[in-house]
Amino acid sequence: MAVGLHPVKRLPFWPGISAAALVVALTFGTVLVVALRADGAGALTRYDWLAVRFTVVQALVSAALSCALAVPVARALARRDFIGRGALITLLGAPFILPVIVAVLGLIAVFGKSGLLSQALAFAGFGPVSIYGFHGVILAHVFFNLPLAVRLILHGWLAIPAERFRLAAGLGFTPRDIFAHLERPMLREVLPGAFVVIFVICTTSFAVALALGGGPKATTVELAIYQAFRFDFDLAKAALLSGVQVAICVIAALVALRVQVPQIGGGGLDRTVQRFGKTSTLTGALDTFWIAFAALFLLTPLAVLIARGAPELFSLPASVWQAAGRSVMVALASTAVTMAIGLSVALACLRAGWIEALGLVVIAASPLVMGTGLFIVIFPFAKPSDFALPVTALVNATLSLPFVLRAILPELRGIEARFGPLADQLGLTGWARVRMVLLPRLKRPLGFAAGLSAALSMGDLGVITLFADPKAATLPLQLYQLMGAYRMDQAMGAALVLLALSLGLFYGFDRGGRADADA
Amino acid sequence: MKTTLTLSAVLWSTATLASAETLTVYAPDYFGSEWGPGPAIAAAFGELCDGCELEYVTGDLLPRLKLEGARTDADVAIGFNTDVMKDARETGLFAPSNVDLSGLTLPIAWDDDIFVPFNWGYTAFVYDNTKIANPPTSFKALVESDEDWNIAIQDPRTSASGLALILWAEAVFGEDTPAMWAQFAPKIITVTQGWSEAYGLFTDGEVDMVLSYTTSPAYHIIAEEDDTKSAALFSEGHYFMAETAAQLASTDQPELAQKFMDFILSEPFQSLIATANWSYPAALPMDQWPEAFSQLNYPETALFYSEDEAAALKDEALDAWLSAFTQ
Repeated sequence: MAVGLHPVKRLPFWPGISAAALVVALTFGTVLVVALRADGAGALTRYDWLAVRFTVVQALVSAALSCALAVPVARALARRDFIGRGALITLLGAPFILPVIVAVLGLIAVFGKSGLLSQALAFAGFGPVSIYGFHGVILAHVFFNLPLAVRLILHGWLAIPAERFRLAAGLGFTPRDIFAHLERPMLREVLPGAFVVIFVICTTSFAVALALGGGPKATTVELAIYQAFRFDFDLAKAALLSGVQVAICVIAALVALRVQVPQIGGGGLDRTVQRFGKTSTLTGALDTFWIAFAALFLLTPLAVLIARGAPELFSLPASVWQAAGRSVMVALASTAVTMAIGLSVALACLRAGWIEALGLVVIAASPLVMGTGLFIVIFPFAKPSDFALPVTALVNATLSLPFVLRAILPELRGIEARFGPLADQLGLTGWARVRMVLLPRLKRPLGFAAGLSAALSMGDLGVITLFADPKAATLPLQLYQLMGAYRMDQAMGAALVLLALSLGLFYGFDRGGRADADA
Repeated sequence: MKTTLTLSAVLWSTATLASAETLTVYAPDYFGSEWGPGPAIAAAFGELCDGCELEYVTGDLLPRLKLEGARTDADVAIGFNTDVMKDARETGLFAPSNVDLSGLTLPIAWDDDIFVPFNWGYTAFVYDNTKIANPPTSFKALVESDEDWNIAIQDPRTSASGLALILWAEAVFGEDTPAMWAQFAPKIITVTQGWSEAYGLFTDGEVDMVLSYTTSPAYHIIAEEDDTKSAALFSEGHYFMAETAAQLASTDQPELAQKFMDFILSEPFQSLIATANWSYPAALPMDQWPEAFSQLNYPETALFYSEDEAAALKDEALDAWLSAFTQ
């Protein structure tokens, strides 16, 4: 790739390094702060080690299943065109950005003992199914992460230049040839990254395990951290567990870097065009099956949530709407910070690949430990609730960074490989190169990343609790308060508002990024 | 002219001082929320102290106070469960309450010099009486029942009611507790982190019984006119839980804090508890409770471990529970 001049030196580097340093301070610095504040060293019990084992096993299974299912779904979506395809792709992304508690309510309504599936089975003469236990955790994790895997892989598919498919059609490639020469190399590049991101997300899973795990057998490390805080405020143990969690994710990141291969060169004409060549009826039927499977699995719980929440919409108290407005503001602020940090770190990654691994390890950071660490640092100087907004924005930005990098980096690398030499010849460097060469071509992943970040921070609850101002509650907090006051029905209404706003923000950004994708 | 200015400046500053008198109260999330008892209590207190303001800061009480130490802004902290009192006391952050406890109407004796109870309740398993016609009449009967009931409980490590459950079990089963958990575990379909999630599963019909409080049915009766929810009464007795308040030794407004502490056991405060907190008031005779509360089944025996007994038992009780649930 690099002949003579090293092309990536032509891009801004230091802003990314500074942003990465800030992120490191937030993730690892806060663990250190918490550990220093603790009295003495922590010790892990037998149950903590059980939690570590469970965490790794369930994360491996969840990631493997999510990726395995995502490949046929993404391929079907990539090569089929039908009315409402764009809307379906957006909707299929919804589970990933749902606040966990909302999603769990939806899953239980479908897969629970009195859920739709059990009712259908009873109709057919079978007993009800149970959602609680190891398989419940896996089911929920696949529900959350299948959409992410589909999107990441779909991006990979759409990034294959259409000219190659045209050439393949011209050469009379069979589907198997196309797979071997075009699709497998793409999957070889995209899958390890997707697998590791999902593995790491599942590693830090918290609420899912508690809601659906069925008991202490299904305790994750993040949950053990929460328990250490709640049960005897054992900061030393919390910091230690947080270290274990980071270690698991570092190992995962290192493995990912080893198996990752650079994209095979040879650029196209920079357009995404429909596929060429005919496909058989069988492939068509299979594609239909996979799209229907994904739609049914991912959208039924959402439909149930809508059906239950809609009648409550008009009886929601004004405070819920105010909280909704506040949450949107926080989400937009977080997104602005995320995009600034994300883009600069991505540019720095081009020059120093190891930063990418760092970006991944960030997911391993426990929001609880991060929040506590920041609280310890801020409290001696100022009132933490005065910093609620900046802290929330910063922490959310940090936690979404890995997704942003995952979405931007592969395309960024591809663009640099294709257009870097030309830009070099033209002497196009620095921010001008970012603005004129990279940004226009990064629109789609940038829009996707911004939408993701906005939606994720919309549903965020964890970080703000220590910084929260009760008069300025966010929507997820309001939802928990309704549930805690027996108002389950109104909580379902609030959940629907949250769902609609999260999806709306995601759609707004993602749509903005895809506006000219067909041009 | 100059004198008038100075005078008005002095008047002005005292006026702002008086109106800016704010009592900072740390409280759990549920308490300070729009749907908790907090807002009504703040309004009632405002009338009592000539327009002073009561400001809630919500979140996990004890962790936060431990992080902040003596530099905390809190004047009063309200919402400590009986199970964290010992831990809270040992921080040394709290001052004696100086509150007259003679009006307490608790089922147990209470003479704590720091923590003032403001509400209380009993843990209980709540069920739908249209689906379960013959509820168990003892804890033992529940554990040994042949019915394939699905039950949701809360994790003792993250939830006060969950912790009360394992102490309740110790009080009822003593040395047999580990064996009891092994027998009981298959009926418990899920363990949630907090009360809300478990109770939500119950109202959704996902579980047949849920660990909650004897007062839970009162909410359904009063707020929803729904009398299908009942608490199963056990002959062995029910575990007593109270929520308490304490004033901070480091408060910069000791008089106002004291005023609030005294307010806690007064009638205006206590009469708000039943239907805003959905629990029993700590200092109000039963005949003054709302009708729906006096209609409820009422346990005859209160089981309770003092904080020292509970502290001595806690680790063993948790281990018994954990080992049964990790089999």
